[in-house]
Amino acid sequence: MKHWLQPGFWFALLIVLGLGLWPVFTREASTREVGFTILLAMTMAVSLNIIMGYTGYVSFGHVVFYGLGGYVGMYLIGTWNASLPLAVLGGGAAAAILAFLLGKAILRLRGAYFALATIGVNEAVRTFISNFKPFGGPTGIELQFSVYKPYGGATQALWLTYYAVVGIAAFAVIFSYYLKTSKFGLGLMAIREDEDAAEVLGVATPNIKTLAFVFSALLPGMLGVLFFFKNGNVEPGDAFRLHFSIESLVMIMLGGQGTLLGPIIGALGYQRLRGALLTNNVMIGALPLKDFQLVIAGLLMLLIILFIPAGLVGWLRQRFPRSRRILV
Amino acid sequence: MNAVTLLTSLVDGLLIGVVYGIAAMGLNLIWGVMRVINLAHGALIALGMFGVYLLFSVLGLNPYAALLLVALLGLLAGVVIYLVAIARVINAPHLSTLLATFAVNMIIIGLATAVFTTTPRDLGFSLGSIRAGPLTLLGTRLVAAAVTLLVTGLLYAFLYRTRAGKYIRAVSNNRSAAELMGIPSSRILALSFGIGTMLAAIAGGLIATFFSFTILSGSVYELKSFIISVLGGLGNPLGALVGGLILGVLEGVLPLAMPNTWVPVIEFLLFILILLIKPSGLLGGKQ
Repeated sequence: MKHWLQPGFWFALLIVLGLGLWPVFTREASTREVGFTILLAMTMAVSLNIIMGYTGYVSFGHVVFYGLGGYVGMYLIGTWNASLPLAVLGGGAAAAILAFLLGKAILRLRGAYFALATIGVNEAVRTFISNFKPFGGPTGIELQFSVYKPYGGATQALWLTYYAVVGIAAFAVIFSYYLKTSKFGLGLMAIREDEDAAEVLGVATPNIKTLAFVFSALLPGMLGVLFFFKNGNVEPGDAFRLHFSIESLVMIMLGGQGTLLGPIIGALGYQRLRGALLTNNVMIGALPLKDFQLVIAGLLMLLIILFIPAGLVGWLRQRFPRSRRILV
Repeated sequence: MNAVTLLTSLVDGLLIGVVYGIAAMGLNLIWGVMRVINLAHGALIALGMFGVYLLFSVLGLNPYAALLLVALLGLLAGVVIYLVAIARVINAPHLSTLLATFAVNMIIIGLATAVFTTTPRDLGFSLGSIRAGPLTLLGTRLVAAAVTLLVTGLLYAFLYRTRAGKYIRAVSNNRSAAELMGIPSSRILALSFGIGTMLAAIAGGLIATFFSFTILSGSVYELKSFIISVLGGLGNPLGALVGGLILGVLEGVLPLAMPNTWVPVIEFLLFILILLIKPSGLLGGKQ
């Protein structure tokens, strides 16, 4: 029970809920969109942190779970007229099943081989779905406007998906913290530090690695459904964009991998910076600063990797040992 | 499907396959020597394409003379990238070097997109074609294959006949032992990264002589390089050439049996299968 009194956990939950409920009071579509983007990024980062930060396996192609979940959900809604909650569960289940099947196979690979394999899986699924007729092949799935009717029209449906994302983000924080403080989480961290030693000491490594992979895939699968439902259409190029999962990696690195607060702060910082870079009118010579968004993000990432590899939270924990009591 | 179509596809596949091979060789050399997967590889291939394109269309240089210059610039760029972005994290966990090279990729692509935009480019360069029996072979492709084989030969001569090459092999075998023998390992690592980058730039330059491209085209060839490296064995440069030939032949012949869009599906499935069954590659790589 002591874990749940930890101020760091409540701080994390407060960030997510505060950010999430802000647009509910302002009732503005623009703040809602900003909130949606940030919460989506946070939940992706918190989920990826389970396999990457806690377990030490770098899943480069993690976007595959988001894309597949999104596709399955859109298919359920578009073809079978499923309700949104059912589609979200379907998307999450599809992602979890894929992670389970993959986990047994590719989690045997270590280090860079695992990272390469996840890239390969993402590309294989993307190219397969581009050819898969029930999912619309290269053009994807487009929803009819009438699917939003049962939710009280498109505007109401947008708010509904937003509430769902807030709920999932809050759940992600609680779940991630629960995993971190549980015996299961200790097993994951033992694998991260030394997998062979963990196995000798009685950690059932293949099983708990797979389970961690499934946990880290579940929420991205559900988020995919919500995002593409809100969007109204899904295409292979959008759903399986490798860059998206690498951005999640950057957010985790920014905040500090293996911590609860790290991915949340990292996602918030990264998205705010990206927003500021995309919406300003500063000019560098003849070219607008907007065009250099990617360059600046890349430079920032390089500086962090080279000089503060532990990320913000990790750095604070190293620099000020007393802060470890609150920064989880 | 008759024998002539099959033969044409096969030869086309082999000719493009060696060029893929040289791109993968760069990736493979870097992995073999320093255990770094260079995620900036695609961006460097694209820079090679643009280098040849600019020298040809702006300065009017012959594309193959331009290629020589691009190769030199590639070598230099690789050394700089190594010193700035990788040297500090060379002993850190894999994630650091993966992300560091990806950051370099973002910087290059970001800058180049701002300057060149993503409009497709085409060299519009031709060397005519040669008829050999029932086959018609494009001159640019033949020269590209010949250049690739020449570069591979030179690389081997360098690795096996020179002192620096010997150092590279020593560092790739066992870096700490090499250091104890007095080999300046940090300089050798920088040189190896430079050579790997040079190979990427050469591959890009050669591809630009016969395909149109954009600044983002490099990523396609980067993914192909991953597949080839795994086919031939990560860390085994000659394996890359064989892997390239296999991939080229698959790309030449598979479209005769199935729709074109299924070919990448088969390629990536093959990639995952080989990683799972024999991660050291078909020819066996370095462990």
